[in-house]
Order: sequence, then C-alpha cells, then structure tokens
Amino acid sequence: MRDRIWIIAGLLLFAVAVTAPFWSERIPAKDLTKVPNLVLPANQKQCVAPVSYMRASHMLLLLRWREDVVRRGQRRYVAFNGKVYDKSLTRTCLGCHNKEQFCDRCHTYAGVSGPYCWNCHNQPQTNVAGLGPRSMP
Amino acid sequence: MKITRKDFLRLSGLSFLAAGSMAAARAIAGRDPSAEGSSGTQAAQPVRWGMVVDLRKCQKEKGCDACIRACNSAHNIPQISDPKHQVKWIWTQSYETVFPFIQNGYAEESDAGIQVPLMCNHCASPPCVRVCPTQATWKRDDGIVMMDWHRCIGCRYCMAACPYGSRSFNWEDPRPAIAHINPDFPTRTKGVVEKCNFCEERLAEGLSPSCVEACPEKALVFGNLADANSEPRQLLRKRFAVQREPELGTGPSIYYLV
Repeated sequence: MRDRIWIIAGLLLFAVAVTAPFWSERIPAKDLTKVPNLVLPANQKQCVAPVSYMRASHMLLLLRWREDVVRRGQRRYVAFNGKVYDKSLTRTCLGCHNKEQFCDRCHTYAGVSGPYCWNCHNQPQTNVAGLGPRSMP
Repeated sequence: MKITRKDFLRLSGLSFLAAGSMAAARAIAGRDPSAEGSSGTQAAQPVRWGMVVDLRKCQKEKGCDACIRACNSAHNIPQISDPKHQVKWIWTQSYETVFPFIQNGYAEESDAGIQVPLMCNHCASPPCVRVCPTQATWKRDDGIVMMDWHRCIGCRYCMAACPYGSRSFNWEDPRPAIAHINPDFPTRTKGVVEKCNFCEERLAEGLSPSCVEACPEKALVFGNLADANSEPRQLLRKRFAVQREPELGTGPSIYYLV
C-alpha cells in the first residue's frame, strides 16, 4: 500500500508518453488525418484497372507485368475494359503518372520506402542522370 | 447384411482398380492433345536466333565501331574507363587471341591487326544458365540466353562459368557513366551482371538487332539458324565459318566467316 503513489505516478507517466503524439504541439491534429495530395493524370480518366484494384494491388500487377515481359515475352495487356496497353512501367504507367507527384507522395506517406524500381527504370522525358542514385533499401 | 473378409478384399481391390484406370485414362486423354499442340507449333516455327559475322566485310574502314556505339546507346551501357569495372555487350579483340587455333606460323601475316567483334554467343547449352543459383539467366525457346536483372543477386557465378567473357558486373552505379540515357531501355544498377540480350526488345517489335542495323558493310547477318533458307544458314553453307572455342561443347550461335 505504501507504493500506491509510485504506481499511480508511473501509470500516469505511461499514459502521457503513449498519447504524446496526439496532443503534442509538433503534430497538429489536422495532420493526423491528412492524406497524400496526389496529382492525377490530366490526359486520362481511367487507369489500366479499376482504381480500387490499383490502389490495393498495383504492386501485384507490376510484378505480373514484369514476369510476362521478361520471362514470357508477352508485352500486350488487355485491360478490363478491352483497351490494349503496352506492359511497360516507363511507357505506360509513367506515360500518365508522375513519379514525384504520384508514386512518391503515397509511398512516403505510407512509409513504404521499398521498391527500388528507379535504380534501373527510367522516367520518360526527364534527365534521369540528374536524379542521382537511390540507395537500395 | 454381413460382409465377409473375402468380399471386402474383393470389393476394395475392384474399387482401387477402377480409380486407377480412371486416372490413367484421364492422363492419357489429357496429355495427347496438348502434346500434339505444342509439338505442332514447334514444328511450324522452330526458331533459333543466331548471327554470322563476315570478317572480310567487318572493319573495311579501320577502327569502325558503329555496332558497338549503336549497342551502347540502345542499351544504356556505361562507359567506364577503369578496365576492371568496364561493362561491355559487344567488344573487339585481336584475331589471334580470339582464334588461336587458326594460327599456323604464316597466317598471322594476313590476319595481323584484324579486330574481331565479340558478344554473347547465346550458346545452345549455356554454362552460365547451369550455374545461376536464382535462375536470373535462362535460355528462351528461341535460343536467346536471357537475363532477368530483377532477379540477379550479383553472385557472378555466371561470369566465372562463361568461357567467352561475355558478362560484365556493375561494380558501381552505371548511371553517372551514361552520357545519354535512352528512356526506352532500363539502365542497370550496382550489383547486377549484364550482357548482350540479342536485342530481344527489338526482336519483339520485328526489328533486327541494333548492331546489325548499324553496320555500314552489312557484315553482321542475323537470322533464324533453324530455318535452312535463312540468310545466315545460306552464308554458312557457302563459306568456311568458325565458332569461338567450339570444343567446349557450348554450341555458340555466333559464327565467324574467316
């Protein structure tokens, strides 16, 4: 019973530490609900698959495209709406999307520093040499 | 009804037999059409890409390196001055080092100074493929020894296995060493092996390889070695041709007309 004061103080300290990110001045509450500001392509209304699929599974689509092109020599992708695309990250994906304003914003927000696509794959119409190397994760 | 041990054994034996014959019948029925189909398409269009290099036409103009330059710019090949870090898809070597078995004491006089263009031989039984632990390099049905750079872990077993020195390792980031990046072809990254891919990205579009297109003398002849009427096969019928180190049993797809 003599330790009650210490236990309560410890619990309080713990609660304060755990909730610190929510009330501390450095992270305003509005930022906690902020979503990344993505710049959508101006020239196209529809991606190669429905948005919900692309949002959740674009990495699977990219992996399948990669296997198809490199391993199986299949380069044409027939989309769900019948449109035919070239299975190419640089030509098809980056033909509409901008890496910095689309890919990077979401990946930075989600803390997915992962895919090192850009170590090798180029961005169209930009001076890729100027980007400098990205380190492997 | 009471079942005797004898009846039980007889019944179970019969049912095993029935199940087994069903499976066998399905396997036979299932295999036949597919086997026919695949062999049918194979017979219709067997492809084995290969190249014939006419050394009489090559380098009519001394020091011509049009094929190498075309390859370098098409495939974003870095130009690194340190010979230990160099990356090469096509390169040249002097005649006597490439074909030492042709030297006879007198032939050297006429051969002196000939630079032979060399590249991946796209072997019929490629040793690099056999040693690759990740299957990052493999042989396609059309004979191209392909690489999947996504999968290469940079162990360099393939470089040790290749008797022709056709493979290069990226010891450093290649991008700073590329003057103009061709956005249509990826660069490579530090830590992967690379080599000539016979311009498979161009073949897919129905074009011939960059080096073949760039040669001013048409000394490089590309075609299907499995087709007896193809251009390389006609040349091979008419002229004496050698391969690089055929005694190793790798079966190179690059022939040199000497």
